Parts: sequence; C-alpha cells; structure tokens
Amino acid sequence: MVSVTSQTEEGRKPAPFPPWLRSTLATLGSITATLLGLLLVTFVIGRVMPIDPVLAIVGERASQETYDAVYHQLGLDKPLMVQFFYYLWDVVHGDFGNSLLTARPVSQDIARVFPATMELATLGVVIGMLLGIPMGVLSAVHRGTWVDQTIRVLTLVGYSMPIFWLGMMGLLLFYGILGWVGGPGRLDIFFEGLVPSVTGMVLVDALLAGDMDVFWNGFFHLILPASLLGYYSLAYISRMTRSFMLEQLSAEYITTARVKGLSERQVIWGHAFKNIRVQLVTVIALSYANLLEGSVLTEIIFSWPGIGSYITTALLSADMNAVLGGTVVVGLIFICLNILSDLLYKIFDPRAK
Amino acid sequence: MTLLTVNDLWVRFPTRQGIFAAVRGISFELGQERLGIVGESGSGKSMTGRSILQLIRKPGQVQAAEISFQGRNLLDLSEREMRSVRGNEISMVMQDPKFSLNPVMTIGAQLMEAYLQHNRDNRQSARKKCIEMLNAVSLRDPERVMNAYPHEMSGGMGQRIMIAMMLIPDPKILIADEPTSALDVSVQRQVLSIMDKLVRDRGMGLIFISHDLNLVAEFCDRVLIMYAGRIVESCLASKLHEAKHPYTRGLLNALPRLDNPRAHLEVLQRQDDWMHAPLEQTQ
Amino acid sequence: MSEQTLKQWLLSDAPASRMQARVAGLYQGWLRLTSNWMTLTGLLILTALVLIAACAPLLAPHDPFDQDLLNRLKPIGFDDHYLGTDSLGRDILSRLIYGSRITLYIVALVTLIAPVVGLLVGTVAGYLGGWADQILMRTTDVFLAFPRLVLALAFVAALGPGIENAVLAISLTAWPPYARMARAETLTIRSSEFIAAIRLQGAGPLRIITRHIWPLCISSLIVRVTLDMAGIILAAAGLGFLGLGAQPPSPEWGAMISEGRRFILDHWWVATIPGLAIFTVSLAFNLLGDGLRDVLDPKDGGHG
Repeated sequence: MVSVTSQTEEGRKPAPFPPWLRSTLATLGSITATLLGLLLVTFVIGRVMPIDPVLAIVGERASQETYDAVYHQLGLDKPLMVQFFYYLWDVVHGDFGNSLLTARPVSQDIARVFPATMELATLGVVIGMLLGIPMGVLSAVHRGTWVDQTIRVLTLVGYSMPIFWLGMMGLLLFYGILGWVGGPGRLDIFFEGLVPSVTGMVLVDALLAGDMDVFWNGFFHLILPASLLGYYSLAYISRMTRSFMLEQLSAEYITTARVKGLSERQVIWGHAFKNIRVQLVTVIALSYANLLEGSVLTEIIFSWPGIGSYITTALLSADMNAVLGGTVVVGLIFICLNILSDLLYKIFDPRAK
Repeated sequence: MTLLTVNDLWVRFPTRQGIFAAVRGISFELGQERLGIVGESGSGKSMTGRSILQLIRKPGQVQAAEISFQGRNLLDLSEREMRSVRGNEISMVMQDPKFSLNPVMTIGAQLMEAYLQHNRDNRQSARKKCIEMLNAVSLRDPERVMNAYPHEMSGGMGQRIMIAMMLIPDPKILIADEPTSALDVSVQRQVLSIMDKLVRDRGMGLIFISHDLNLVAEFCDRVLIMYAGRIVESCLASKLHEAKHPYTRGLLNALPRLDNPRAHLEVLQRQDDWMHAPLEQTQ
Repeated sequence: MSEQTLKQWLLSDAPASRMQARVAGLYQGWLRLTSNWMTLTGLLILTALVLIAACAPLLAPHDPFDQDLLNRLKPIGFDDHYLGTDSLGRDILSRLIYGSRITLYIVALVTLIAPVVGLLVGTVAGYLGGWADQILMRTTDVFLAFPRLVLALAFVAALGPGIENAVLAISLTAWPPYARMARAETLTIRSSEFIAAIRLQGAGPLRIITRHIWPLCISSLIVRVTLDMAGIILAAAGLGFLGLGAQPPSPEWGAMISEGRRFILDHWWVATIPGLAIFTVSLAFNLLGDGLRDVLDPKDGGHG
C-alpha cells in the first residue's frame, strides 16, 4: 500500500534530482531540523532556569565587578539569538561547558559514564528480545487461550511496575535475603581498578584483560539491573510482536502456506515471522532507546555510575551544564536510533524501494 | 472415477446470537471433471472449498458424514496426514495474488518450498522444475520471475504464479476459489484457459468456485448452485439455461446477454423457502 | 417489538432506528468490555480508588501528617497501625489513603492538558496541511526525540520541584503521540466523501474540525490516554521518588518509597507498600486500556 502511494506521488512531479538523492536530502533536512529543535529546547530550559548561572560560578560573596566580568564572559549581555548561536557553536564542537560538580568538561564526564549505561541497556534489550519475541509469537498463535492470557498478564504487570521500586525489591530479595547477586555498583570494591579501562564496559574490559574473576564479579553485579530492564523491554517487545503476528496470521498468504501442506511451525516462523522482522527491528531500536530512559531510575537504585545517575545527581545539585549536556546526548542517541531503524527498514523490506 | 465424495457437510460458526451455519448439509461428488460452484457472497461456496482442505479456522466447526478422497476419509486423518494431502493431493488457488503470495519471499523461494515440501530432491533440479512450471503457465523470462518479489508482478502474472505453485507437487484436485475475480477483465480469460489446459492435460479434478455464471458455464462440465449454505440445484453446464429452480432462473435473468438484449434486467427476488431446499434435487 | 425483551432489542442484528443502533452499539461494547475478567478487574480497582479518594477522611484511621516519634518504623499490624508506621511514626495506611487523592489529582490534570493539546495540534496540522503542518509536526518530532523522563527531569529542573510543575513537565512530554495520532486520523477523515459533502454545504474549517473531525478522533484518543495513564502515574511516581514531584510532608506514593528506601533492608514494608499501591493502580489502568482497545479499536482484535 505504502509503496503504491509513494510511487504515484513521485510519478506526478518531475523530480529535479534522482529519487534516492531527494530522499536522502529530505532525511538529512528533517534530522537537522529535529536536532536544531532539540538544542533550542535545551537552550530555552537553560535560560528559564531559576538558578543564576553567574552566581553558581562566582559564589554568593563575590563583588559586583567579578559578577559583571563573568556575566560578560558567559555572553549573557548579548541578545538571545546570539547566545543561542554561541550555544550551537559550542555544542557542535562538543563543548557543553564545565560541570560544577566535577569541575571537568561535561563532554569528558559523559564519555566516562556512558559506557556503563550502554552495557546495562544492551544486556537489558538482549534479554528482552530473547524472551519477548518468542512470547509474543506464542501469544498470537494461541490467541485467547490460557497461554495468551498468562503472557498478557505478565506483560501488563511489567508495564505497571514502577521500575525503581522493582529494583529495590529485587535488591532486597536477591541481594539482601538470598545473596545470589552482587549488590549496588558495577564491581565489588576489591575488584575495582584491577583491569585497565579500554571500552569503559566492565565485562568487555575484563575479557580483554583475560581476567575471569573480574568478569564474573561484574556479571553478578550487572545481571539483576539488566534483568529488570529486560523485563521492562520484554513487556513492550512481546506485545508488539503479538499484534504484528496477529495481523500477519490473518493474511491470505498464510492460508496459501497451509494449502501447500506446510506444518504450523513452518507457517509461523517461515512465513508470518518473516513478514514482521522488519517491524521488529524498529521496535527493538525503540525499546533500546526507551531503556536508556528506564535506566535513569534503575541506575540510581543500583548506584550504577551511568548517564542516568549523572544527570540526576547534577540535577539535584543544580549543575545545569551537566543536566543539559546529558539531555542533549541522550536525545542525540534517540534520534540516531530512530534513523538507524528507518535505514534498516529500507534495507530489509523488499517493498521499500 | 470418483476422486472426492462429500456427504452431508456442515460448517458452523458460533456467534453472540447463537450458532450460524454457513454450509448446511451439502453433498456432492467430483470425478476427473470440472465442477463449478456458483452462488452469491455468503452462500457458503468458499467455506465448502476450505472445509475440504480442513482449513476452517477456530472457532469454526466442520462436520460431515464423510469427505473422502480416493476412498480415504479425510476427517479421520491426523493433522500430520492431512498435511501430506494438502498441496500434494488437493490444492487451492485463492482470489487475489496480491494477498495470497508472501510479500517478503522471492517467488522462486515460494515455488521451491511448495515443491520440496512433498518431493525429495536437490535444489538444482527443484529449481529446474519450478522454471519448467513457470514456462507451463506461459510466463516470460522465468529466470527473472524466480528472483522477483510478488509486488513486482501484475495481477495476471501473480495468479499464474499461484497456479504454477499449486500445481507443482502434481495434485489430483485443484480448488479454484474465485481465481479471477480480482483480475482485470482483459486477463481473466487468459488465466482461466491456462488453468483449464493444465487441469485437463493432467487429468485432474477441478472445483471452480465463482459468482460468475457465464464464466462457470463456459469453463465447467457440471454446475452446483448454492444458496444460503444449501445446494439448490445441480445441472450440466451445457443445460444451465434449462435450469428449473427459481433462484437459478433469477440469477440467469439478472444477467445481460449480448445475443438477447433486453430493456430491463430482472432483479433477483429471494424467497424464504429456498433456505429449506430439499436435498433430493442435488443427488 | 412487544414480545421482545429489552435484551433482544439491544442485541438485535437489524436495528430499526438510529437510536436503537446507537444504544445497542454501546450495550454490546459494554458487554464485550465486561466479559473480559481482566478489564473488569481494572474497572473495579479504579472505581475503588475513586471511592477511597473521595472518602479519605472517613476511611483513614489516623491523621496522615501526625508524627509519633516513639512509634517509628513499627511493623505491619502494630497496634492499630494496620500497615505499620514510617520513619516519623506516621500511619502508612492513612498516608496511602490520602495519597490516592494526589494520584487522582495528577491523573486528572495530565488528562486535561496533554490529549487536548495533542488533539488541537494534530487536527489543525492535519486539516490545514502545508506549512502549518510542517511546522507543527516538526515541533512534535522534536519533543518525541527526547526520552520522556529525561525531558521531564530537565523541565522540572528549570521550573523547580513541586507537584504542579511535575504535572506540567509530564504533560509537556506526553502530548506529541496524541498529536501524531490525531493528525493521522484527520488525514484519512479529511479526504473522505462526507467531509466533501459538508464542505459543499458551506461549513468552514472551524466547524469541520470541531464538529466532525474531533468526535471521530475521540475513541482512539480515549484508548491511548487510558493506556498512557499507567505510564503517567509511573512517571509522576518516579519524579516524586527523585524528590522532584510532590514535596514532603505530602503523602505522595513515589516520595513515600523514596523515604522508605533508607530502611529497606530492616524495615522493608515502609517502601514496599506504597510501591504495591502504585503498581495496583497503574495495572488497573493498563487492564482497562487493554480492554477498551479491544472494544474500540478493531485493528488489534476482532476477527482472526
């Protein structure tokens, strides 16, 4: 359906550029517009802040001269448009200013904390995918039966849990009472600093250094928060899988497959599932992006030194450069994941030409 | 020789208002012939075709005294045995190739799958067989078609591919469920004559389900007229114009004819007692 | 008609009047909604929540703000504190009961803001098209590009903590999906024949949007809002947990969890019980929304 309409639309207008170039330009244009908007929003948030950025730097007891000097230095005496332009210029050069808390450039801070979040979110989405997709398929195939109902309740429960509370309960049960997993943090204290930080991801670094003790210790710290995030994304992935599968299973080509004499398994995985793979890629990219968000609260519960912890700590101490820098980076990743899923869509779907 | 015997077939669907019977106790036989089933939408003709292959999905229920294929009662078969009947012995072509072909698989992959499901063979010779079959349905450049996706094909081409795919395991019976209704009028006949030729050359039985009386009269040997889940009349296609049942007469009179133009076409008047058509007329 | 019972009249396949069709449609929707035990559970929980919130002073055994430092962190069932006491000796059950008012307050405020803004933006963009559409939808995309919680955090940081600001921040992040949905629906409705007919009768854009497009967008909007409500409650609880939502001594459930977090290992109930409350309410919204979707949005359900 979609390809048909776009074909007719393209057929009507004589294009000055070849279609692929036009669509690339259009995509680039919309990305740029979204990015600009994103920066505008963070800029506005930074300006309407009740916190005086000058006071935050010079302190309460500074003289009027120092205050004015810093005021001028920050460019706050310039018109807003000019200030926004400066802001853009800085961001494009990877400069988000210095953090008040760490007294270091925000970009360096983010580069340091980001791998921790990525490690957590990646394992989370892998868990969610491995369990969520089969559950969604199962649920669609056995629609309306107890299997479907059970999975439905399980996913709804996942949707309804406050993730920070679930994290606390998990810590209480598996760490406090049962002692099966490591506690908060990425490693036990005596394992810290044993392997050189290459990628910033503990498990990868430990493997690179060949230190299996550190690897397993890191794994036992990671598994609980990652499973919680996994459960959270499982809920989303399996529900989407279910509704995509239901749509495909009622399609006529499924009857064709059955007429051929294929087994139910061949019909489901060989025919219906092939048709939802592309949509699933989008869903997984999206739930990966959502996990970055879900990790904000999870990281606090598990004292996980990732970007979520970074932003909230900064927020509570009015470290606005850090908050806005972190927000921009997370927004950027969000946009990148969306573009990526669009691209994958075009690559994998034979109809999207 | 009788290929298929259907005896007292019922298809029922539970609804909120009670059980709805889409097919109500019909019986017929099929030999190496072309049998047309005609009726308006909702008359149960498609359900009849699908229930032979046991493809009625839950919550629909199929019940019959017998549906036997070459002496085997299909109702007694396990799902696994039934799978070796589907495609291999009885096959079906559906209405619209746009929906009945898998959009994300190449045509070659879908044809090969149909063949390899019922034949032990290596991929090279399977591919050769598929290309032969595509030639048989007069598709030009079968090599290219093998690597193409369904959306790159026109409706007429798609339906010919569908026919090739359903005939490739060499079934004994082909059920064609409105095979040309979604096609352009200009290619309808072409597709039908290709199907007709293949079915006759292979000595198969054909069940041709359609709402188009003219088409059925032209391409079939025998015609069953269905109304509200019942067979109201059964006659030879050549004798269709001598049909007696008021419903059949009504349908015939509602058709425009070039050889006998009329100022007014009749509007079909339905009568409630047709719903309770006695069975003896069908035997 | 005279021999028919009311039920037969409502379930009739062939309604005799427009009124009958409408009433029968509603009745059958209601039947389908309540025939699913999960939806019914959700509905019952939410009804209970509203009743509890309305009768909070009657139901609460104690004053939710009344501190009793001698009886701090008492376990479940201690004396007449059925769910124990918190770190300041306040009765947890009473705080929970009063907290339901805050939850409903947040829900009501967000429902008043986000879908309305979304509907407005979406239908206007969809109906007018052209530049208005481009600008409005670009703006929507920008807001969609942020993860919601992070954006809400940034907003609260700018506006200052507090329950109204939390609601505002959540609404600001919640409207874009509604706008997208309303726009998509408007685009299909706009090109339909009956809109052309209305336009021929001389109706202007304002009339077409408010009288003909809005009513048709409402049903899918309701489903979406109900399903989103759980997410909104969780977001509000998250902000409360971070200390950015309702401020102490307010008995907001998220803030209660945050308070109890320090004692989680020795006094687990202080943090566990408000979490259960949040979970129950958000599950109820999810159950109801799920059922509503089956009834109102046949794309996901219906035949199969």
